[in-house]
Amino acid sequence: MKYETNITEADLHAYVDGQLDAVRHAQVEAWLKTHPDAARKVADYQLLDRSIHTLFDPVLGEPVPARLRFGAWRARISGIAASAVWLVFGVLVGWGAHAIMAKQEEPALLAHLARPAAFAHTVYTTDSRRPVEIDALEEQRLIDWLSERLRTEVRAPNLVAFGYQLVGGRLLPSTDRMAAQFMYESTNGVRITLYVRRIDGADIEPAFRFSRDRGVHTLYWIDGELGYAISGEIQRDLLLPLAEAAQRQLAI
Amino acid sequence: MNQFGKQLTEYIPRLRRYARALFRGDSTAADDLVQDCLERALDRQHYFRANSNLRAWLFTIMHNIYVNRVRRQANVPDIVAAEPDSLPASSRPEDAVALDDLSRAIQALPHEQKTVLLLVTLEGMSYREVADMLEVPEGTVMSRLARARQRLRAGLSGHRETPLRRVK
Repeated sequence: MKYETNITEADLHAYVDGQLDAVRHAQVEAWLKTHPDAARKVADYQLLDRSIHTLFDPVLGEPVPARLRFGAWRARISGIAASAVWLVFGVLVGWGAHAIMAKQEEPALLAHLARPAAFAHTVYTTDSRRPVEIDALEEQRLIDWLSERLRTEVRAPNLVAFGYQLVGGRLLPSTDRMAAQFMYESTNGVRITLYVRRIDGADIEPAFRFSRDRGVHTLYWIDGELGYAISGEIQRDLLLPLAEAAQRQLAI
Repeated sequence: MNQFGKQLTEYIPRLRRYARALFRGDSTAADDLVQDCLERALDRQHYFRANSNLRAWLFTIMHNIYVNRVRRQANVPDIVAAEPDSLPASSRPEDAVALDDLSRAIQALPHEQKTVLLLVTLEGMSYREVADMLEVPEGTVMSRLARARQRLRAGLSGHRETPLRRVK
């Protein structure tokens, strides 16, 4: 009892974390029996800890991905380690090198396609005065102009079946190429954009990739020499059918 | 190197768990961090004193990479390469909701609180170890931990009726 007033918040945490010596632990335990508020707090902290384990302990049982397995790490070259590193590189040439290249591919697409698309989406969908440069009323002129500037045939897919009307489009500078942006609007004013640009040397499987930048969700894919990104502040599940429809129409 | 590499391998699951918690279940971002950490550890192995605490050393390396990354990202729009992996399914839907809320709440904590909380709860590190790792006084570790738990506890109240899954 004489320790009663000495029990602090820090003791409660140390109690939860098992970081008290046996004597102190017993004192806190006894004290909690007569202090229901503190006992509730301790129970909550313990519940939080167990929940954190429930959330993340399954990771411990997951198979370690190939790129993290021993022998697949790329060491940075420095001093003594250098020779060992070259040895590792030798081993890597087969499967390992492939893994590294696959890893670099993704950020390039993110940097040149998904990121600028999401940014352009934010910039122009929020522009009340001039969201597009050429209006959908002049769709053919828009398409011709963009195709000429991108030096490839670009098209605006028809998304009316999903309730999205073409508003128009514009030409944009992208990271190292020109890009085109088509804007669509639903009857209740939700805007989505389709971003198109050339992607050099893209030779990756034709799958949708997903990224998000704050509230903007982007699905992007590669078709031949062109990269497409469809962005919106709508759920991924709602964006996907639009992306699929666009992908189908543009692939023909 | 082989021997050292094998020692590192033993810690991979724990590094991944911690990284996954830092990135709220985004396994790509988490594994990127682990990979960077392993590469750096391999590169600097001659700085590691034999028989000292390898776990603390690895977590310190990973922490430093993480802090730099977070600092860098403060200046650029935050794009994540993939949707976070679905969180581990629990037995009842309301549990999943509560756990998802908790995961979100952890993510929303200031980085210094989140780090301390996860190192103490997930890794079971002593306050002293964490203090050495972060190069802050032990008292700072404890106050960060207390603030983190207070915040998360405040978020619990909404779930009193449907408590988080209780683990045996």
